[in-house]
Amino acid sequence: MSIPGDFIYWIVILLMMIGFYTLIARANLVKKLIGLGIFQNSIFLLFIAMGKVEGGTAPILVAGEGVTYSNPLPHVLILTAIVVGVATLALGLGLTIRIKEAFGTVEEDDIHQKDESF
Amino acid sequence: MESIIHLGLLGLLSVTAITIIRLRTLFAAVMLSSIYSLVSAALLVTLDAVDVALMEAAVGAGISTVLMLGTLSLVGRKEKRPVRQPLLPLFVVVVTGAVLVYGTLDMPGFGAPDNPVHRHVAPRYLQESGREIGIPNVVTSVLASYRGYDTLGETTVIFAAVVGVLLLLAGGSRHTEQNEVLGAEQSATFDDRVILRVGAKMLVPFILLFGLYVQFHADYGPGGGFQAAVIFAAGFILYALVFGLKVAQRVLPPAVVYLCAALGVLIFAGIGLTTMAEGTNFLDYHALLRDPQDAQVAGIMLVELGVLVTVFGAMITIFYVVAGRRRSRP
Repeated sequence: MSIPGDFIYWIVILLMMIGFYTLIARANLVKKLIGLGIFQNSIFLLFIAMGKVEGGTAPILVAGEGVTYSNPLPHVLILTAIVVGVATLALGLGLTIRIKEAFGTVEEDDIHQKDESF
Repeated sequence: MESIIHLGLLGLLSVTAITIIRLRTLFAAVMLSSIYSLVSAALLVTLDAVDVALMEAAVGAGISTVLMLGTLSLVGRKEKRPVRQPLLPLFVVVVTGAVLVYGTLDMPGFGAPDNPVHRHVAPRYLQESGREIGIPNVVTSVLASYRGYDTLGETTVIFAAVVGVLLLLAGGSRHTEQNEVLGAEQSATFDDRVILRVGAKMLVPFILLFGLYVQFHADYGPGGGFQAAVIFAAGFILYALVFGLKVAQRVLPPAVVYLCAALGVLIFAGIGLTTMAEGTNFLDYHALLRDPQDAQVAGIMLVELGVLVTVFGAMITIFYVVAGRRRSRP
């Protein structure tokens, strides 16, 4: 295969930047949270990609010698990170709902305007 | 061959992500982000991370989609046309991306077995865990035994997030109308949708059974407390969505669910304290039983139970709070 293996890192960085762009350029708070989710997911992919071993298999031990396993450590870290991710997402959504109730909008610019006019 | 599959899946992810940015209908954006999660779960399988893939599919395509849709019904489904100039954010993003790509040039090549990341503690886990812990799934061994501290920390973080969500939303808003998001009105409208009701009734037991399988088969295959909890929660949320929040809360009262979220952390930390009382280190399971392998297996099972209870309690609590929220007047 002539494609360099590192392309996976580059596309993951592209995805990360798409999420980052959504986070800083969009004014809608729900959209920001979706962007944050894409950002987060790409970091998961980056970690897991680093743990991959060429010709390896999932780190579940099987009988026999000479089996190559991928690195289990990133899997453990990311597994728990996903659950913490959904917990922080829930907190973010909770804040969004409260902001909607207090300001009547979830667009950042409108919120800022109303905040100034108090 | 493998890199073609990677390239194809990454291509799908990129297209989905770019479409998500461009869409201003938030409902469609949320559905696409659910698809995004599912595709990334497929990519995780090809990268050998089967445990993580199971988690991503259950969380990304299941729970977070439901939470986002619940929020959308409260805050509105349309995004306003952006008024700002996108040039400055675009510049920041391009520069950051370029710096990161420059950073990868110094990274060791993808998949090489002699990468530094594979030469630290990972070989020890792979070579010794079969003898020390006695279960084939190395991810479970590391998660629940070698790195039990980390997992206790994560479980506590989830509990803290639940407390945060409850503090934010449990009070009820001042301006309320009599329509709950997924509550009474929906259970009335779904009464005549026979296919939906029968379908859900048939699916829910199997989803719960699969959750049990994932929980108790974690020693031998992909799975564990985190995944099982999320699958359980997804099954229960399906029930709540079809039959209404009121019926669901009669099955599982909110007070019980709140208790679950705290109880799991208590079980986990309690095992740690028990091992300390027996004279060994915190979360050193050897104190539990005489045979070292049996002790490890027992310890892992109990700890996974604690994780299951807390994460299930957390997911259902968050769902109850978001779904039970009344819409405020515009």
